Amino acid sequence: MSNFRRTMLFMPGDNPGMLQSAPILGADSVILDLEDAVSLTEKDSARILVTEAIKFLDYSGVELVVRINPLDTEFSLLDIDNISRVKPDALMIPKASIDDISEVDRKLTRIEEEQGFYIGTIKLIPIIETAFGLEKVYEIIMTSKRVEAVLLGGEDLTSDFEINRTKTGEEIFYARCRISAACRAAGVDAIDTPFTDINDMEGLIKDTLKAKSLGYKGKAVINPRQIDSIHKVFTPDSREIKYALRVLEARDEALGKGIGVFSMDGKMVDAPVISRAVRIIELAKLFNIIK
Amino acid sequence: MTKLLKNLGEAIEKCNLRDGMTISFHHHLRNGDFVLNMVLFEVAKKGIKDITVAASSIFPIHEPLVNYMKQGIVTKVIANYISGPVAEAISKGYLQKPAVMMTHGGRPRAIENGELHIDIAFIAAPTCDDYGNMNGVYGRAACGSLGYAVSDAQFADYVVAVTDNLVPYPACPIEINQTCVDYVVVEDSIGDPSGIVSGTTKITKDPVGLKIAKIAAQVIEASGLIKQDVSFQTGAGGTALAVAAEIKRIMKEQDIVGSFASGGITGYISEMLKEGIFKNIFDVQCFDLEAIESYRENPKHQGMSSSMYANPDNKGCVVDKLDVVVLGATEIDLDFNVNVTTGSNGMIMGGSGGHSDTAAGAKLAVVVTNLIKARIPVIRDRVTTITTPGKSIDVLVTERGVAVNPKRQDLYEKLKAYGIEIKDISELKEIAEKITGKPKTIDFSDKVVAIVEYRDGTVIDKVKKIN
Repeated sequence: MSNFRRTMLFMPGDNPGMLQSAPILGADSVILDLEDAVSLTEKDSARILVTEAIKFLDYSGVELVVRINPLDTEFSLLDIDNISRVKPDALMIPKASIDDISEVDRKLTRIEEEQGFYIGTIKLIPIIETAFGLEKVYEIIMTSKRVEAVLLGGEDLTSDFEINRTKTGEEIFYARCRISAACRAAGVDAIDTPFTDINDMEGLIKDTLKAKSLGYKGKAVINPRQIDSIHKVFTPDSREIKYALRVLEARDEALGKGIGVFSMDGKMVDAPVISRAVRIIELAKLFNIIK
Repeated sequence: MTKLLKNLGEAIEKCNLRDGMTISFHHHLRNGDFVLNMVLFEVAKKGIKDITVAASSIFPIHEPLVNYMKQGIVTKVIANYISGPVAEAISKGYLQKPAVMMTHGGRPRAIENGELHIDIAFIAAPTCDDYGNMNGVYGRAACGSLGYAVSDAQFADYVVAVTDNLVPYPACPIEINQTCVDYVVVEDSIGDPSGIVSGTTKITKDPVGLKIAKIAAQVIEASGLIKQDVSFQTGAGGTALAVAAEIKRIMKEQDIVGSFASGGITGYISEMLKEGIFKNIFDVQCFDLEAIESYRENPKHQGMSSSMYANPDNKGCVVDKLDVVVLGATEIDLDFNVNVTTGSNGMIMGGSGGHSDTAAGAKLAVVVTNLIKARIPVIRDRVTTITTPGKSIDVLVTERGVAVNPKRQDLYEKLKAYGIEIKDISELKEIAEKITGKPKTIDFSDKVVAIVEYRDGTVIDKVKKIN
């Protein structure tokens, strides 16, 4: 399991070839999808396929997430029951509500006890894609300690609002901000909605930069081609790293002289700037850009 | 004065074709070639038998050859690549004598030193004049370079040009000239353009193929060979072209201009010449219309005969100057031997082509392949057939990891320093077998149906009949 979720790649749960190649396509997380990618008549075979794939294939290099069917469908119970026993890293819950998270948390605890797993092993990632979910997002997160991240589901959300979904995303601006703030308050990762035009790399980068600027830690991916561009956005580049190193150097120098606040390049450098620099260097080390 | 004859029947008579003789063909018309079938039809009509067909490659369109084999009209086949029904028939033992599989460099070697004696060379000529000057750049059956026909034209006892585009003398530009040609025959059509142009000249969209290509490009960059005047060759498949795209990106970023790209040439490589990524192209065959046009219009797009390309016994061939070659593999084993001759069921489905030639000549030979193809692992304990010996293969790149030939410790150090994770080839094999299980061994009989010759004429393997 990786420590970061810059990219979360959706893979259809009914496609054996894709289940096999999912872990090597470069994404930080893979989401094996039992919901939208799978037709109603194939739900059971997809569930079996994903269960077997998790048992049999090596997903150790990625975070392994399974998107189950919504809790108001006939499929979700069997999804939870079967998939949790093969211990994915997390379950992704569509159209999540407080009751949904509560119920899944209880079920997972029971199954973990039965199976002898460490309680709390299987995490939860609710998808906020309804107006009600958006309104209650902080409470949804706080319902269970298992919640480690939240995904914004832009397509379904705009559908619930009966508004158009656009590339530039003004219509989801409020939702993005609200979810980001709630996640930050709760100490979990905010993951942005996928960019659906797989041929528009420039648009993808713009969209990802917007999400990053609002505090998102990563983005959902619907085609492996998108992975590299998104990683570039969420990975500190050499310019940022150089600047951060200079800030920390200047801080050490100032500390030595007993000065708390100082200036660099004509700009004031205080605690928030220093924390940001520390964070960038941490990330740079995590991604093996610097030692 | 003219060399024109009425038809192929007359040509066969005038060239005095007898039982037991060897006739040759080039494969520039690929799966659109009509000439081989037309010639054999006439041979059969005249009751001639025990013929050896030396075609540089054989494709599914040459299916009529199967019946001629069964009837004993054709008793031996010599080729660098055999696919389709003829390959299957040979594997099943319908050819009376063992086929001989050569390489693109080994065939002209054998022709030039007399090992492979050609009685009559039938040369499909997309454009020809009545005195035998021919080219492949004009005509309905245009195919570009005629590189594989040159040694045949120079050394065969008789040379017959077969064309569907007779032009007034002289047929300039001249690729094979009148001094080699005995007779010219005009047919309604020598080939089907849709079969001549290859279907595999687009970069792959498959994410796994793209990942392999990216890693391969990193390996090539880490080797240090991408610098000014680098030379490069890649195959025509989707993943091979994706590697070319990555190399192009790296060269552009670093303002590097290569000395030449070589091999079978696609429109993609021709574009790279136009864009100034490479200064020259050495072309032994054109795979698509863009390549044909570039060959025709651009003097820096230089043709080469298969002898100049890869003959190890002449005064120096192009592969000797090659820095990097990207190759495929049907199978590769723990000693890095590569098989591109037989498939997983033991049936002949290809052949070296230029595989072992380029691997031997290039400074860096990189094999790119999925770790698993159609649920069968590509890495074996031992390949079914050795096409290219392991000593000429330097690196294997799969989507699940890179393996370096232990003989290349220098390369290993460079890749490690670059940060590329390297696995033992046996480890990669285990990863594959964990998913697929261990493949069954193939049930062969003892009968040898094909001899595999290395580029220097030595026998490096034999293909047995399938039970």
